[in-house]
Amino acid sequence: MSRQYVGRSQSDRKVSVSGELFALTYGALVAQLVKDYETDDEINKQLNKMGYNIGIRLIEDFLARFPDIGRCYDLKSTADILAKQGFKTFLGIVPLVANWNAKGDEFSLILEYNPLCDFVELSEDHPNLLYSNIICGVLRGALEMVQLDVDVWFVQDTLKGDDTTEIRLKLNKRLEDAVPAGED
Amino acid sequence: MTCYFVIVGHHDNPLFELDFSRHPEVVKMEDRRHLNQFIAHASLDLVDEAKWQSGNLYLKTIDKFNELNVTGFVTASNMRFLLVHDSSLRTDSIKNFFSDVYEHFIKAILNPFYEPNTQIKSQNFRKKILAVAKKNGVGS
Repeated sequence: MSRQYVGRSQSDRKVSVSGELFALTYGALVAQLVKDYETDDEINKQLNKMGYNIGIRLIEDFLARFPDIGRCYDLKSTADILAKQGFKTFLGIVPLVANWNAKGDEFSLILEYNPLCDFVELSEDHPNLLYSNIICGVLRGALEMVQLDVDVWFVQDTLKGDDTTEIRLKLNKRLEDAVPAGED
Repeated sequence: MTCYFVIVGHHDNPLFELDFSRHPEVVKMEDRRHLNQFIAHASLDLVDEAKWQSGNLYLKTIDKFNELNVTGFVTASNMRFLLVHDSSLRTDSIKNFFSDVYEHFIKAILNPFYEPNTQIKSQNFRKKILAVAKKNGVGS
């Protein structure tokens, strides 16, 4: 498995080809969902569910690949690791962490460029479709496995005409039940 | 000045049309529109013949109707681009026009929501083709 990632650098041509394939595959997936489900809400829900299933598995791979990431003691360090290592590893982009709220439990990830949306143009029949909603699901699933219950949603989307893509993340609570009995 | 561009799909259906023609009388315009479509459609057989004879995507002028020429371009997936025009356009500009349109066409069909061989409804695409036409001096 790690063989595929060794070549992942900016200068490696292989990366740009598989990036297109990835975008096209995701596009085919969303197009099929659009055909299968009636309403935009249903489609968004499905994308979120699929993302959730990916996220709960992806977190294991991520933590295995970076064993020196220890426990995060606050949401700020979690956000930094998400942006600088999580997104970088799997999507090749580093979003900006910004727009913290006063309490410090909500923040935004601002993506200048979304690799899933290459070549995509939303059709007018689906104005409420959140094309990249799978990302929200992945974040929710991954963070749930590390005992953080979060809500993730889209604030801005370049496909809908905004300048950037903005994903907002809100921490609801820490899931205490999962802490092993031996530790405190 | 007649200049009519059409992208034709596999079932001889027009996927995208753009008419730059300008005529002094408006009445003539309506007739011209049907005529342009008719001329383009009639030349499709000649396109199919010509494409086997040339190794290039760009086929030069393949048909002539009164004073109008039809120039063709075939894409790798057998989509035909046709330009019905009079003698006011240079070969170079037509060739470059077709190449630029081909680039935008590829990007448009990569859209996952686009069904192949259906009409290209995207306004974005239309705007880009208009810009390309202007850049190459086609239809102005």
